[in-house]
This record gives sequence, structure tokens and C-alpha cells, in this order.
Amino acid sequence: MNALNTTANINDPDGFYGELIAAHQGLSDDESEAFNARLILTLANHVGDREVLREALAVAAKKE
Amino acid sequence: MLDDRYTLAFKLYPYAKVADQDRDAPVRHPVVVMGGGPIGMATALDLGLQGIPVLVLDDHEGIGMGSRAICFSKRCLEVADRYGCGEAMLDKGVVWNVGKVFHDDRQVFEFNLLPEKGHKFPAFINLQQPYFERFIIDRIWQAQKEGAPIEIRGKNRVDAVEEHGRYVTLDVMTPDGPYKVEADWLIGCDGAGSPLRKMLGQEFEGRVFEDNFLIADIKMQADFPVERWFWFDPYFKSGDSALLHSQPDGVWRIDFQLGWDIDRKEELKQENIDRRLKQMLGDDVEYEMVWSSIYTFQCRRMREFRHGRVIFAGDAAHQVSPFGARGANSGMQDVDNLGWKLGLVIEGKAPESLLDTYHEERSFGADENILNSTRATDFITPKTKMSRIFRDAVLDLSEDHAFARPFVNSGRLSVPCTYDGLSLNGPDELPGGPARSRVGSACPDAPLGGDYLLGKLGGSFTILTIDADAPESVEVDGITATRLALSASDDATGALAERYLGDAESAVYLIRPDQHVAARWSTCDETALRAALRHACGKD
Ligand SMILES: Cc1cc2nc3c(=O)[nH]c(=O)nc-3n(C[C@H](O)[C@H](O)[C@H](O)COP(=O)(O)OP(=O)(O)OC[C@H]3O[C@@H](n4cnc5c(N)ncnc54)[C@H](O)[C@@H]3O)c2cc1C
Repeated sequence: MNALNTTANINDPDGFYGELIAAHQGLSDDESEAFNARLILTLANHVGDREVLREALAVAAKKE
Repeated sequence: MLDDRYTLAFKLYPYAKVADQDRDAPVRHPVVVMGGGPIGMATALDLGLQGIPVLVLDDHEGIGMGSRAICFSKRCLEVADRYGCGEAMLDKGVVWNVGKVFHDDRQVFEFNLLPEKGHKFPAFINLQQPYFERFIIDRIWQAQKEGAPIEIRGKNRVDAVEEHGRYVTLDVMTPDGPYKVEADWLIGCDGAGSPLRKMLGQEFEGRVFEDNFLIADIKMQADFPVERWFWFDPYFKSGDSALLHSQPDGVWRIDFQLGWDIDRKEELKQENIDRRLKQMLGDDVEYEMVWSSIYTFQCRRMREFRHGRVIFAGDAAHQVSPFGARGANSGMQDVDNLGWKLGLVIEGKAPESLLDTYHEERSFGADENILNSTRATDFITPKTKMSRIFRDAVLDLSEDHAFARPFVNSGRLSVPCTYDGLSLNGPDELPGGPARSRVGSACPDAPLGGDYLLGKLGGSFTILTIDADAPESVEVDGITATRLALSASDDATGALAERYLGDAESAVYLIRPDQHVAARWSTCDETALRAALRHACGKD
């Protein structure tokens, strides 16, 4: 019921992707890593649902 | 040969030669407790108050000095109160509620233990461990005068044990040389380094955290509030993290995280401790050192707490990092759990297998504590680069965003363990009943006029009825459960109803001698009540 949405869901994919890359511009590797961590935590909180988060972790781990 | 391994805060039970030492054959004791720390002494008190003869063998002559436990939880105090020493602890202790967490010089998180009204004891008090132990021993002396068969032998070091199935032989070393003691039951309360565990060849599995913490207890006139303050990466740079917490007698616990590769001897030099303290407190603060030491932390437990006639409790059975105050607090819950079960078995009223539920319930509690304490320690001491990155991201975000604050973990404080789904539990048949008093939970306290509910529970089985009928007592094989008849109107504040009835109109609770709920119903069915009592004593 609360399954992770793995269908395309962002209506302007190129725009978002561009913003994501741009957000890292001028950052050192350390700063980029810190940025990513803050982003993951922020998005994870928005999702909230523990089951969906578990599925997302599995997707990122590339497990079947 | 019998040198003290630590300095004493209070010398209370000096060595005295006893007749056992001169006998040709070893004397048999029903229960021997090895180790007279807080957990061993509380075990002796529990059994002694039941009238069961108990002998404590401790390798020192009193209570060790040093910076160990300071935070004692409500449940721990409630257990102590059942033994008659909780009030003394509360009187001496410092009550606190607020905790603040800082990152650098900014506050990122604050919690308030928000004391709920209608409890005899607060969520936490701070009290130096030597005082905590002292109050237990004071109570033992009082109980001895009232006839409790408790004996303490100081400077009696257990050097070897031999198991014989139904009893154990101990080799004991004293200033007058060795002698032997036999025990029907041996309770191992000999601390985290437990020699007994090693004598039995038992492992202690878990994790060691690669970090050192410098603990400084200092006496100072300071106007810091009575709150728990914790810094990550403190601006004053005295350590990777720092803790400040107040104790009675104008003493403050200060704790600095030093990292893994340190020179212990160098760090413990007074000038180096002073440097860290002055960076934190400023140059002009005057203080007096009470105690300092360096600790590394571990989270681990024995696979089995019971080995035939040998049973382990407290740090000997399980060890956690101090973040969360779960050490002594959980050890007291071990005692609470073991005491009545061992009492029933020794009196022949319950089968020995009842003691296996001690392991079942308390290892469940230990796992909960280890999980919480491991998580806190991982946050405070990140193990990998990525773990550190996420930790710092949480701290960064939590300055401005409420959502990140619940991730901040400087220790999740000890709460009583609920034995959900474990084998002694009976039926939970109170529709609308509150979750907090479900079967397996420790009874929440509630006011009763000028008195409190918990003072009327424990020591033996109770049938607590609220606006319900029930027999005045029920007996199974010599084990009696006695009724405590209450009405929701006995507590004008409504707390009793809120904590025990919820949406139900009436309730019948079967409550164990350790104040945990064994079963509950909305009305009394005597057959079901008897069956639950049998079941709670491990009789089927
Ligand atoms: C820095 C620090 C902070 C802590 N803070 C807290 C806190 O805030 N709250 C909390 O609840 N807990 C805290 N703890 C944990 C707490 O101190 C322990 O859980 C508690 O002392 C365990 O009690 P015990 O009786 O099991 O063992 P111990 O206190 O270690 O007692 C063991 C006893 O056995 C004796 N003994 C050992 N070998 C033998 C032998 N061969 N023969 C006879 N006797 C022997 C010892 O001399 C000692 O008296 C903290 C610990 C540390 C290190």
C-alpha cells in the first residue's frame, strides 16, 4: 500500500537534475558529501514512512 | 595477596574471621552472592527480606570510590523503595528534568522529562554511586536487626568455583588464608570484569568502542542550572564532546571525549585535566577535584544468564556504555526479577525452570539497553567517515529545522523494560485498557489520596481490582495472591483511571511480586485468575 514509487514522478526531470548538479558546483568533495547527507535526511523526513524508506534503502543498495 | 584493587569511599564491613573458616567440612549456604556492589547488595536485601538466608562475599571491605553511576531512574528508585531505601536516595539526590544539547556554541536540541504528576519518584535523580550503595547497605543493617538473615563477609575473595550439579563449592581467600564454602545457589554479581564468568569459561560478547572518555568530578560554586548539558564539538575544545551534570554536595560531573589514540598517563596528569577544565569553565572558576579517571566503553552480554545453579546479574551479565544511564538501573531490574523467582524455587513452590524466565526476561531487557546504548555511542563516536558525515549533517540541520532534532542522540535515557510477548505473560483481556499497563509492563505509579499505588504492590502477588469484584485471595501450591480493592474514585486526580482503566469501566490485574503485570481482564473469572497465577510462576 505504502510502496515506494519507482515510476517516473518528477515532471521536469532535466530541470531537477540540472539543479542537483548545480547545487554541488564549487563545493569541495567534503562539502559535497555533507550536502548530500543533509539532502538525504531532509528528503527521508519528508517521506517519513518507515517501510518506504526501507524499500528506498534496498533500491540504493541495488538489491533485488 | 588480598590487596585492595580500588580506594574505598566508605569502609563498612571490615574483615572478621568467622567459624566457617575453621570447620573441617565446608558449610553449605542456601544462597551465596559473589560481589558486594550495588547489584549484589540489592540481591541480598531482596532475598533477606523474604527470609531466605543469604551470604555476600566481597573482596573489599566497603564501597568503592570513583566516578561511576550518577543518574538513577524512576524504575530503579521504585525497586529500591520496595526494599525500603528509595526515599533516602530521593532525599539526598538532585532531581533534574531538562537536557540541552549543543553543537559548537549553538543549542541544537532540548528535552524535558516533563514529570507526569502522581508518581512518588521523579523520572531521574542524580546521586553519586557510593551514596546509592550506602543507602542499600544501611537498609541491610536495619533489616538484619529486624531479623533478615543476611550476612556480609568483607575481604572474602572468591578464587575458584566447582560445580556439582545441585550445589557449588567456592574457594575463598581471606587475610587468614583460604577456606571453602558451599552454596545451593551462587549469584554472580562480581561486575563487568567478572572473575566468575571466566571461571566458568563463559564468553562476554559484544563491541568495544574505540574511544576514551575522561571523567572529572569536581566541586565548585557555579550557577549552572541543574540540567544535563552535552556538547558535540564544543567551542571550548576540551574534547570531541563534553558533558556537564550536577550531583549532590556541589559536585559536578564533567566528561570529555578524548579519542582513541591517547596517552592515558599523560591525560590523567592534573595539569592536563586542569587545562581542559579551564578551557571549558574559564580561568577564574575555582574548583576542587573529587575524582578523575579515563574510561573506554563497551556494549556486551553473556549468552546465558543462568548456568545451572549459577546465575549472573548486573554488570557481570551485561555491560553498556553510560550514555543513557542503563547500567545500574538495569541491574536493579535484574534483582527485582530474580529475587521472587529464586525465593519461590528455594521454598519449593515453583519449578527450577522458573529461573530460565529470569534469563528470558532480563536478556530481553539487556538487548534493549545494548541497542539503545550502541546507537547513542555510534552517534557520539561515529565509526566511519560516512557515519561522521551523517552525524554532522544532523547537527547542522537541527539548528534550524525541528525535523532533524529527534535524530540527535546523546543518550536515550533508561526507561523500564516491558516484557512484551514473553513466556510468563498471561491473558491481556481488558478491551480499552491503556497500553502503558499492558501485560508485561512495570506498573505505573498512581496517587491514592496522600499515598501511592506502588507502595501497596510488590513482594508477593496482588489481585488489583478497580471497580470489580474478586476473591479476597487465591492460592496455588502455597503461593498466595491477595486482593487490593480500589475504585476509580479513590484517586480524585483521575490518574489511576487513566493509567489502569483507559476506556474500560472496570479492571482486574494480576500483578507479580516485581510489580509487573502478569495478566488483566475487565472482570474476574476465578478459574482464569488461578490459571494465570500458575502460569506466572512457571507451572505449565
Ligand atoms: C563512567 C560511568 C558512568 C556510569 N553512569 C551510570 C549511570 O548514570 N546510571 C547507571 O545506572 N549506571 C551507570 N554506570 C554503570 C554502573 O556503575 C554499573 O552498572 C554498576 O556499578 C554495576 O553494579 P554491579 O554490582 O553489577 O557491579 P560492580 O559495581 O562492579 O560490583 C562488583 C563487586 O564485586 C566485587 N568482586 C569482584 N571480584 C570479586 C571476587 N573474586 N570475589 C568477591 N568479590 C568480587 C567487586 O569488588 C565489587 O564490589 C556507569 C558506569 C561508569 C563506568
